[in-house]
Amino acid sequence: METTPAVTAGRDGSTAAPSGGDTSHDVPEALTPEQLAAQWEEEKPPAAGPLANAASSLVVLGLGVGALILSVAMGLGTLSAPQPGLWPFMASCVMVVLAVCQLTLGRRNRDAEKFTRMSVAALTGLATLAAMVALMPVIGFEIPALVLCIIWMKFLGGETWRSTLLVSVLVVVAFYAIFILALATSIPHLF
Amino acid sequence: MDFLNPVLNGFSVVLEPTNLLYCLVGVVIGMLIGVLPGLGPAATIAILLPLTYGVEPVTAIIMLAGIFYGAQYGGTITSVLLRLPGEASSVVTVFDGYQMARQGKAGTALGLAAIGSFIGGTAAIIGLTFLAPLVAGFALDFGPPEYSALAMLGILLVATISGGSKVKALIAASVGLLLATVGRDIFTGESRFTFGSLQLADGIDFVPIAMGIFGLGEILYNLEERHRAAKAPSKVSNVWPSRGDLKHASGAIGRGSVLGFFLGILPGGGATIASMASYAMEKKRAKNPERFGKGAPEGVAGPETANNAAATSSFIPLLTLGIPANATMALMFGALLIQGVTPGPQLVDQEPELFWGVVNSMYIGNILLLIMSLPLVGIFVRILRVRAAILAPITALITLLGAYTINNSMFDVTLVVVFGVVGYLMKKFGFEPGPLVLAFVLGELLESSLRRSLLVFDGDPTGFFTRPISATLLAVFVLVAVLPGIRSAIAKRKGTTAAGASATDITNNIKEKV
Repeated sequence: METTPAVTAGRDGSTAAPSGGDTSHDVPEALTPEQLAAQWEEEKPPAAGPLANAASSLVVLGLGVGALILSVAMGLGTLSAPQPGLWPFMASCVMVVLAVCQLTLGRRNRDAEKFTRMSVAALTGLATLAAMVALMPVIGFEIPALVLCIIWMKFLGGETWRSTLLVSVLVVVAFYAIFILALATSIPHLF
Repeated sequence: MDFLNPVLNGFSVVLEPTNLLYCLVGVVIGMLIGVLPGLGPAATIAILLPLTYGVEPVTAIIMLAGIFYGAQYGGTITSVLLRLPGEASSVVTVFDGYQMARQGKAGTALGLAAIGSFIGGTAAIIGLTFLAPLVAGFALDFGPPEYSALAMLGILLVATISGGSKVKALIAASVGLLLATVGRDIFTGESRFTFGSLQLADGIDFVPIAMGIFGLGEILYNLEERHRAAKAPSKVSNVWPSRGDLKHASGAIGRGSVLGFFLGILPGGGATIASMASYAMEKKRAKNPERFGKGAPEGVAGPETANNAAATSSFIPLLTLGIPANATMALMFGALLIQGVTPGPQLVDQEPELFWGVVNSMYIGNILLLIMSLPLVGIFVRILRVRAAILAPITALITLLGAYTINNSMFDVTLVVVFGVVGYLMKKFGFEPGPLVLAFVLGELLESSLRRSLLVFDGDPTGFFTRPISATLLAVFVLVAVLPGIRSAIAKRKGTTAAGASATDITNNIKEKV
């Protein structure tokens, strides 16, 4: 699809950015920057709705209020004789104000992304990372690293079994050679 | 000659074999990540921070700097050949570079970009050599009030200039400020936000935060993108532009160097903005602007020159004021702090070897990059075929194992994963990670200088306005803070949308894409 501009030709920039109007939109074979921008915009993951925006603002608001309460508890003092809580208090005040702004004004912003089916990949990735962190002190890094490579390449990346196994083994051997043999670091290892 | 002595000594620092080697390693990595999909320079530098523990400060920064400006060269290749900008700073190169490639002039586009980058980079180093000591000398008189104002302005500018929602970027910055307060209060020694944890008593280290939010966060985020298979591009030939091409592009290269240099110095400026501004300027200046977007060589040469000049000159605020101008510079700042070096106006005088060593290493780095981008470009074009699916687990493993080696502790690895999740969620919900890391790095400086100034002013905040420099900086701060609101209010009254017609506005919207 990289070289089939006909797909996107004729689509003006209205979905992405306001169309410039200074370059010709009617040239079918050449992609103008505006069309290119529109195409990229189209390929972006779908934007999340107002609910996600509100949720993220509420999380920020919660954090801010929490920090505010804790800083007041630390003691504020005065500007000329501040207690430890004064500066965190100021920072969390800013945070609360911004969160309220975002909650009221930014509800319709389209900069948040929806969680899609593809987000499962990120979640799987995170799970393997967490498993690796948990297992490394117990059985060393080699086996978890190998499993991580296989899962990421085969199931998240859609590589063939052949290249997955080949590269995974190579990677683990290389890391062993670098971190254990060459640098002699104390990374937990099995062999 | 007094001025030149330390400059020349800097060359002897660069020419030490270790430093030369690290310079080469840095620029090769930079070039590679520029070409390869996925990680940008900030993420790469974050992931490789543990590497810098074992070496001298000057060596570490030489390598990290090499990654940064090397990526500006590499990012061009994918823009021109695949219409996929390798780096955000190469987005505008796509417009004309890819068209040139379709017309069979890919080699010319790459060659012009490489030569422009080299000239822009070198001009910026020379500019840096003369301007940096001046700025540093001027800043030596800065007291706590000036530093408070400067740090606040820096954070605000980086947050407002970033691509997405400005409020969200500012929220990220405020989170960074709060994270910086975790641990012992520097003035009273009391614990803050430690929740009784001993591991938090010393505060949160910069490295796990940077590695998690920039590195792992981006790796996780990239897992989600369905990677478009990069088609193996045709062989690139004729990278040496003809004399006519060069003559044609020389104006754009000259203007790009100057524009990029000055935009790079501004806080919040940097390579991406410089390249966009240069493209807009070339288009405006051209006799027949309709050529742009259809393969105009100036549209490649100008932005590519400007982004490299800006990448180089953005070191000036870091090395002379101690204020990072963008997120990548915040990482450099952190790397220097780890090494026990506090960047600031005294750096030129107190650590001349570090300062001039880093600056002069850029000459070498740019020469190496020119060689890699002209005669050796074929190798890097071939590397385009490496798939993201194979790279992702490798970078993830480097991050985890690297994090372990910082303190030989699993606690750091766990922190990296936790901040990786935070970074991923931030990206998903449209919060820029850059302002958070920048504010985290500047948080302690901001707090201490604010509290010191208030002591000096006897608790009277209007004291900031009695000093000319801090007053000016704060006035600019207020202006930057309220300007967008006023502008949109005016636009609303006029009934027109605030968006302009230049390519800059469009690229701003798509910047986040890359």
